[in-house]
This record gives sequence, structure tokens and C-alpha cells, in this order.
Amino acid sequence: MAVSKRKRARVVRGVQYGILVAVVILVILFADWGAIRDAFFNLDAAGTQVPQIFTSALVNTALYTLLGFAFGLALGLVLALMKLSSVPPYRWLATIYIEFFRGVPALLVFITLGFGVPIAFQIKFGLYTTVMLALGLVGAAYMAETIRAGIQAVPKGQLEAARSLGMSHGRAMITIVIPQAFRIILPPLTNELILLTKDSSLIYVLGLAREEYDLTKFGREGLNETSSLTPILLAGLCYLIITIPLSYLSRYLERRTGRKKAAADTAAALEVKG
Amino acid sequence: MSETPSTPAAEDPVVRITGLHKSFGSLQVLRGIDLEVRRGDVVCIIGASGSGKSTLLRCVNLLEVPDSGQIVVHGTDLTDPDVDIDKARRGIGMVFQSFNLFSHLSVVDNLTIAQRKVLGRSKAESWNIANTNLNKVGLGDKVHSMPTQLSGGQQQRAAIARALSMDPDVMLFDEPTSALDPELVGDVLGVMRQLADEGMTMLVVTHEMQFAKEVADVVLFMDGGVVVEQGAPAQVIGDPQHERTRTFLSRVLNPVQVEE
Repeated sequence: MAVSKRKRARVVRGVQYGILVAVVILVILFADWGAIRDAFFNLDAAGTQVPQIFTSALVNTALYTLLGFAFGLALGLVLALMKLSSVPPYRWLATIYIEFFRGVPALLVFITLGFGVPIAFQIKFGLYTTVMLALGLVGAAYMAETIRAGIQAVPKGQLEAARSLGMSHGRAMITIVIPQAFRIILPPLTNELILLTKDSSLIYVLGLAREEYDLTKFGREGLNETSSLTPILLAGLCYLIITIPLSYLSRYLERRTGRKKAAADTAAALEVKG
Repeated sequence: MSETPSTPAAEDPVVRITGLHKSFGSLQVLRGIDLEVRRGDVVCIIGASGSGKSTLLRCVNLLEVPDSGQIVVHGTDLTDPDVDIDKARRGIGMVFQSFNLFSHLSVVDNLTIAQRKVLGRSKAESWNIANTNLNKVGLGDKVHSMPTQLSGGQQQRAAIARALSMDPDVMLFDEPTSALDPELVGDVLGVMRQLADEGMTMLVVTHEMQFAKEVADVVLFMDGGVVVEQGAPAQVIGDPQHERTRTFLSRVLNPVQVEE
């Protein structure tokens, strides 16, 4: 009975490690490695994918994502300001927009923009415009909430100081509050960029020419042509080439913000002592 | 400093407040304030927290919008709905308890941004003015520092320099030393004393009785949203006539003393 707390914690952790190792060993023993190698690590199939998967598909995915992110960021900022507006109809409009586009699958937005809008209005957007609008419309709904939170996180005194120097409300927002808000929300915005990178794969519903393929579409075509899953694995790795640096960037930015605050606290403490 | 009001001027007062009322919801914070501040005067407003002194100060540049009454600053009636408040605020410097330096801008950018964006000064001109004012408050070597690299006292002095860079007619100080560690208070009060000596018109909400006694031309004691007592510091702080003033002062001047 007299097992100390620390000893019990060690036993529990040992059991957890044991289960983990057992699972890994079972997977290694029972998986059909020959079949896996043929399916996923087929060098001939991989050879058919390079270099286009890097020079075309990876570039396209990055481009589609950036277009959507840029438009979404701009629209998200407008929506955030509407949401914070003192004019009730602006707030309602922004809320309706955000609730709608957060609740609807991005795929439906792509289909609507690609096929519904041309039928309804006799407008045919180009591929880049459609991608920008579709990803941007969806991304804006998420980013608006992030940006609104960022603006609200800027201390009220900053706006008051700006106003007391004679700046109009608009100028104070543009030169003082919004720049500070974006510093605060850089880490979550980087996460939005990662999510949009993956959502850009939905572009396949628009029907693409070969040189317009994004990574996922490129990988699926590769699967059809080579009857190997290797192209899919390659496409997945290409996504990681984009997203892993981004998530490191996000973490770095988060740490830097934290460190700045810590440095300020230390400086203040030193000043008091010295 | 002299304890008698300085040069009786024939000109209009820089700030004239009449019949000022302000409520937050059902709470009446200001209940009829009348106040005149003449050019070059230093007016210190003292009183317990909740007495309405900060609200009064924030009404002077319309950070709080009064419910009724009139506030005339430098001939402009701020309560007139047609008045260009952004323009009027250029002439009214404000220093906050929490400094409120723009945290994303360096010290010099803090001092130049409004000069350029509001007054339309050139980069070179705004830099010169910023430099002059930073030297004046003893921060000539902190031009390129970020606010977070400064101590509280340095931040507050930078904030004073920022307000001065707009060439205000009157400066408002809202408890400028209340957020500072005790050993940093002196530097900020020193800068304010220097400003007063140069003839700046100042309205100061403060708990620093020594400063009020030595620098103020007029001391106002507020309680319950009204001015209970006002006059020369020797009179209000040295020889208070009202019971409420006496109680407040005895608490502030002998903070260790336990009542009962």
C-alpha cells in the first residue's frame, strides 16, 4: 500500500511506453513490407513525377494559396472592422457572413463559384479569380474573427493616446491599432495560411488543364497513370515542404512575442534595482 | 514656485468649464463643475479615487463626452457638435497614467508620427522637434529605443515629450506618476516642474501633495463629483476649510496612521 506517488507515476509511464513499443513492433511484424514498398516507394513511378511536381504543381499550390490568403486577409479585415462597428447593420452583415462561410464546406463554395455563378450571372471567372474568390471568401470568415480578437487585444489606451494627439478615429486605427493587432495575431494567421494551403486542393472540382494542376490533383493523376501510390506520397511530402516551415515560423513568432514581453519585464525589474 | 496666482492676465482663460455634468449609467460622476485655467497656470486636482477628477480631466479633451455644460479651450467650444474635435485636440496635450506609448514604434517615431500625419510637418522638421523634446526630458540617448526597452519613468517622460511635440497650449496630466515605482517618480515630477517653470498651462490630476504644494498655482479638491474647495495650495493643502478636505488630506499625508 505504501507506494509513493512518484513511484506510481513512474510505473504508469512505464506501462504507457510498453504499450507504445508493442504497437510499433506489431505493425512492423505484420505489415506487408513488400507490398508497401511497391505501392508507396516505387522509384519508376516517382521518376515520372519529377521535376513537374516541384516546378509546376508545388508552385501552383503555393500560388493558389497566396491568392486566396491575400484576398481573404483584405476581406477579413473589412469584416472585422464591420463586426466592431458602432453601426448595427454592419455588425449584422458581418456576423451573417462569418456564420455562413464558416459553416459551409469550402468544396460547395468552389462549386458555386465555378458553376453556379456563371449560370446565374453569365459571368465566367478565370481560374485564378475563381480560386482567389473561393479560398478568400472561406478564409475571410475565419480570419475576420482572428483579426477582430487582435484589434480588441490592443490596449484601449493606444487609441486614446492617438486620438488625444489629434488623429481621427480612422487614422488612429490605420496607423496605431491595426499594425499592433497584426503583430498580436501573426501566429494564428500563419495557422490560417496552413489551413488554406490544404483547402487549395479543392480546386480540382473546377476542372484543370495539366499545367494548372495543384499538388493533390497532380498526385491523383500520377496515381492513375502509374497505378502506384508513390505520386500521392510525393504530393503529401510537398505539402509538408510548405506547411512545416510555416508552423515553425508561427512558433518562432509566438516565442518572439513572448520573449519581448519577458525582456521588457526584466528591463523594468533591473531599472528598479539599479 | 510662487504660491499666489501668477500674472493676472486680461486675456481669456485657456480653459473655461461651466456647469459640467457627466454620468456613467446611473452613476453621476460630475455634478456641476465650474473651472477657469488662465494662461501659464498650473492647476492641480486632488481628491479620493472615484471623486471624478480623472473624468473631469478626460472631459477637457473630450475623451469623455459630457452630458451637459460647456468646455471652452482656447476659444473653441468643444461641446459644440459642429466643432472639429480632432483639430481642437492638437492644442491639448495629454499624458496618461499608463503612458500609452505606441508599442510598435520606436521612441522617435512615437514623437514624430502625429506631427507628420496630423500637423503635416516634414520628416526632418518633426525629427528636429522630437530630438529637442527628448533632450528636454533627458532621453536624448533613447531616440531609437523601443518603448518596451524603457523603464516606466522613461516611458512617461517620452510620453510627455510626445505631447510637447505637438506644441500644445495646455497640457493635461492624468495621474502621471501613479503607475511608477516610487524611485522613478522624481524624474517625471522634475520634468513637469520644469514645464511649469517655462510657463506651460497645466491641469494635473495627482496624489503627489508635495508637488501640488510647490508647483501649483491653484489646487482643486474634488469629492462626490463637485469641487469642494479651491484656491492657492497654501490655503487648500495648508489650511483646508472643509471637513471633507481635512479628512482626505490627513489620510494622504499620514498614510500609515490607522483610524479608530
